[in-house]
Amino acid sequence: MARLVAILYGYLLTFTNNRAAPAAANIKFGNIHFNGLASYNHRQPTGERIRMAIVEVRDLAKTYRVVQKKPGLGGALRGLFRREYRQVQAVAGVSFSIEPGEMVAFLGPNGAGKTTTLKMLAGLIYPTAGTARVLGYVPWDRDDSFRRSFSLIMGQKNQLWWDLPAGDSFQLHREIYSLKRQDFDAALGELLEMFGVGSLTRQPVRELSLGERMKMELIAALLHRPRLLLLDEPTIGLDVVAQVTIQKCLREYNASRGVTMLLTSHYMRDVEALCSRVLVITHGKVLYDGPLARLTDQFGTTKMLKLQFAGSATPDDLGQFGEVTARSGPVADLRVDRQRISGALSAILDRHTVVDVSVQDPPLESVIARVFEEGTTKA
Amino acid sequence: MLPTKYFHIFRISLIERLTYRSDFFLATFMRLLPMLTTILLWSAVYQGSGKDDLSGFRLNEMIAYLLLVHISRMFSSMPGLAGGIALDIREGTLKKYLLQPLDMLHYLVTYRMAHKIAYMTTSFIPYAALFLLCRNYFTSFPDAATFGAYVLSLFMAFLVGFYFEACIGMVGFWLLEVTSLLYIVNTLNYFISGHMFPIDLLPEELLVVLRVLPFQYMAYFPAAVFLGKIHGAALWQGLLAEAAWVVILFFLARLLYWIGLRRYSAYGG
Repeated sequence: MARLVAILYGYLLTFTNNRAAPAAANIKFGNIHFNGLASYNHRQPTGERIRMAIVEVRDLAKTYRVVQKKPGLGGALRGLFRREYRQVQAVAGVSFSIEPGEMVAFLGPNGAGKTTTLKMLAGLIYPTAGTARVLGYVPWDRDDSFRRSFSLIMGQKNQLWWDLPAGDSFQLHREIYSLKRQDFDAALGELLEMFGVGSLTRQPVRELSLGERMKMELIAALLHRPRLLLLDEPTIGLDVVAQVTIQKCLREYNASRGVTMLLTSHYMRDVEALCSRVLVITHGKVLYDGPLARLTDQFGTTKMLKLQFAGSATPDDLGQFGEVTARSGPVADLRVDRQRISGALSAILDRHTVVDVSVQDPPLESVIARVFEEGTTKA
Repeated sequence: MLPTKYFHIFRISLIERLTYRSDFFLATFMRLLPMLTTILLWSAVYQGSGKDDLSGFRLNEMIAYLLLVHISRMFSSMPGLAGGIALDIREGTLKKYLLQPLDMLHYLVTYRMAHKIAYMTTSFIPYAALFLLCRNYFTSFPDAATFGAYVLSLFMAFLVGFYFEACIGMVGFWLLEVTSLLYIVNTLNYFISGHMFPIDLLPEELLVVLRVLPFQYMAYFPAAVFLGKIHGAALWQGLLAEAAWVVILFFLARLLYWIGLRRYSAYGG
């Protein structure tokens, strides 16, 4: 009962000052706060140059209450009378901050809490604990001026009207966001050219290919020139060509407009192409926050040695330097511990005639998988 | 609420809805066919009862009433509204109202208005033909003041119907599925709104309750106003009560939405 009264009271409050000013006074300046394995201060606050963080998140947590159903008809019947709930902690207190113009990726296995975090930042759901400021606003207050300055794009969902040409949806978008005609026309012209879909705006959306539709979705999301883009799996289901086009456009748009981007993706190519900084999330916690390159340094404990020997076969003594992962004719791939790489290389060069050699980092996917595994054993 | 924004949404929705005009046209014809059986049925009822007056309705008034109820329902029925809201909640598509600077209820009422106007425009000819054929059941056309009150009651019937069904849709925040609830409510509504026959025919004890509830405004009230059954002080009181229900249901729908969003978890991405 007390809860209901509190809810009603809160409702009256929001109803009376619905258009209250954003909580601009509460914006934290510069003091970057991270947890996780690495501390990552890429822009230290100085006395003269104070920059405002675009996203400032502290100890944000979300617990879902999930109905538990027993299997079978008996369980379904019992569920009618007495429901059992289980608390599922999707996000268990994350803190990070993102500066203007950054492109940051959320990495993590399915169910790690990436999308839940993104939903809280977009104001779709209320957190159980913690605070967030996005563009100076509390996102779940859903202030109109906040909603006019960001976009959330979900790869699997479409917001364009299925039966109408994309052009009509864009017009509706102009009305919803109350854009001035000339601003809208300029933005639309620019975006259509950038994505190369200018000739398709009069075609009903259902007749477009998946790639074309995704481009139209992105155009719709960018028409009001958001300062922050939240992208959830933006290239899911697309072919490589369309993926690369979309990556290129997003990069261009970031460079020309300085728009901040936060994305989740399962395609490492997206992450490598777009983001210099990654946040690894597993079990609702930030496990790593830092540059993509350093993720490999920190978690990639081995390097790949690719060797081509003179003659038609590889020597037999390679196994003592590391693990031979591939061998065909005179070519061999060798996985070697990072500390031993120079010793191993000089020993091989001493003993054998090597035609070609290269040292590579292990593929990003395997590094990420390793980070996830470590997160699981720790949790 | 930015009036220009919602006006443009209205215009675009109207364009979209008009693409379905042939569908509307067909639906109207299908809906008018049962009218013939209704006329035959009620003629038989009057004959069988041996009276020419049932609770103040003569046979021709009864037929006129049942024709007019079609007009009331044209304004107040909201097919797909509650189910659509519940679906938006269940599938997570509700997020379009949360992400964009757009108010869900303002948007839906605007869209529904466009839908209604598109429907009324396309079904005008079949309805006009029906009323022309049945003109003999109407003894006189109401005077200007009564007709004004009628138009006002119809407009409010739209709002009562909209916010009532929106409230049911909001139940989707608590129940996964609202179609069975909606079915029960609509079946009940068929009787207590006066859709099937004038509520005057119901027992007095029930009538006392029904007169204070919002249901009669979705069918009975506008039709009765047109027929001159409600006049003078009762007319003003009725219109005021209808307006009060618009306000109550408007706020109730908003309140349910507000509370519901607090437990919403944006499933399905």
